[in-house]
Amino acid sequence: MDNFDEKILKVLRDDSRFAPAQIARMVGLDESEVAKRIKAMEASGVIAKYTALCNTEKLNEDVVTALIEVKVTPQMSSGFDTIAKTVYQFDEVKAVYLMSGAYDLCITVEGKNLREVSRFVSEKLSTMRDIVSTATHFILKKYKTEGVILDDGDGEEKRQVIL
Amino acid sequence: MNYDKYLSKTVMEIPPSGIRKFFDVADKYKDVISLGVGEPDFDTPWCAREAGIKSVQKGITQYTSNSGLPALREQVAKYLKDRFTVDYDPMSEIFITVGASEAIYLALRAIINDGDEVVVPEPSYVSYFPSVAICGGKAVPAKCYVEDEFRLTAENLEKVITDKTKALILPYPNNPTGAVMPRENLQEIAKVVKKHDILVLSDEIYCELTYGENRHTCFAEIEGMKERTVLINGFSKAFAMTGWRVGYACAPNAIFKQMLKIHQYIIMCASTNAQYAALGALKGGFDDDFAEMKKMVEEYDIRRRFLVSRLNAMGLTCFEPKGAFYVFPCVKSTGMDGEEFANRLLEEGKVAVVPGDAFGESGKDFIRISYAYSLNKLQKAMDRIEEFVLKYKK
Repeated sequence: MDNFDEKILKVLRDDSRFAPAQIARMVGLDESEVAKRIKAMEASGVIAKYTALCNTEKLNEDVVTALIEVKVTPQMSSGFDTIAKTVYQFDEVKAVYLMSGAYDLCITVEGKNLREVSRFVSEKLSTMRDIVSTATHFILKKYKTEGVILDDGDGEEKRQVIL
Repeated sequence: MNYDKYLSKTVMEIPPSGIRKFFDVADKYKDVISLGVGEPDFDTPWCAREAGIKSVQKGITQYTSNSGLPALREQVAKYLKDRFTVDYDPMSEIFITVGASEAIYLALRAIINDGDEVVVPEPSYVSYFPSVAICGGKAVPAKCYVEDEFRLTAENLEKVITDKTKALILPYPNNPTGAVMPRENLQEIAKVVKKHDILVLSDEIYCELTYGENRHTCFAEIEGMKERTVLINGFSKAFAMTGWRVGYACAPNAIFKQMLKIHQYIIMCASTNAQYAALGALKGGFDDDFAEMKKMVEEYDIRRRFLVSRLNAMGLTCFEPKGAFYVFPCVKSTGMDGEEFANRLLEEGKVAVVPGDAFGESGKDFIRISYAYSLNKLQKAMDRIEEFVLKYKK
């Protein structure tokens, strides 16, 4: 990773649809060089996935997201890894983070409705052997996610052309 | 009632700004992408905002000294010395103004006698001509050409100097062309300045926004020029602080004293809290080696390269600007001049750009596009412009 890789990533993270030819002009490299660097970053896993960021508020489907604080008993040899791996295999689980502070794992869970998420917590998550306790927080509204502002209530303030 | 007899002839004769005229129309259209603004799309760095807020919370709401907060003047002196190797005394040569605009006006006021001529490179920012006129002087354009990458050449400067010439305004990096003046070119200009014994008002508001290897050179750095130069700068562009209105002027003490006198009588002092915010911006900058500013410049650079390549690819030839945040493509290949192009693009393509003649006659075949917009927006705008250009391309 050098300064050029960083610049390429900066552009792609803003909009991954930019083609290597366009990025090449923006950062001042050859198209083939940019393509090569992108390939390398894909291969090494620096670029994990290309995806579309949806504003779920505007989707017609019902989605409920919850952040769940989980306290666990760490395993002798593997620490938190074993339990994290067990948790992330469920499709409902969108993110798993190991945290500092008052609890151990922070899990993001998505379901169609409250009941679905509740059932996941009570039937699947809290019954796992090493999980000591859970605290579920439902997300009421997403104002900003992944650096993108989602509520267009105020809209973009119009900038004046002065002189 | 006919007010003409009450109003100042000098002021009435000043034509309205071409940008204003165009955007009064553009503002009425819906779904238009505007590439018109001349201010950063970044927020003021937090260190500056925080310093401004704190000063309000502490109740520091009185006037400052006429020439501005001593601490701010000291930081400005340090900044100019560290980043541009020019040495100004914070107490007798630097004072804080309400934006660089005030500083330009004060400098002109302080030096112009009736009928004096001031040379202004063209195309240039729209305020110089009216400001000279209001001061009773006559602004004389020195044409700059795309062949010279819109730099002012010694030759074209020399052509317009007369025995009435009092000063040269040197606005580089340039709005609207994005041109910069490398040291060698400044040295050539300096020879002419010395030969004809004139002053230079160097408006360096875009000094931090340069791209490529070479950083900006202050005109006052050129040997023998500091004593002839009024250096004008501010926080608007480098620190994304346009609305705070903080600028500064640096000048030899004899000029400084006269400028300060006008400032004292008509303004008193720049806004106190804005001065604290500016102080925060510089202190924060020194703390992290101006990381936030560098981040902005890097982002502008990506957009600049993107625009230049897209415009050239669609046949709007565009020299590579090395400063500010504008590109200045030529639209001749469409068979239109800048004004017609801008009007039709607004109506048919729904993109607002500034016609080049707003910056003087020599900008006639050009348009100004600002890249103080997100890459995403620029991309959409370029797609629209491309579609529009394809219709008319000859």
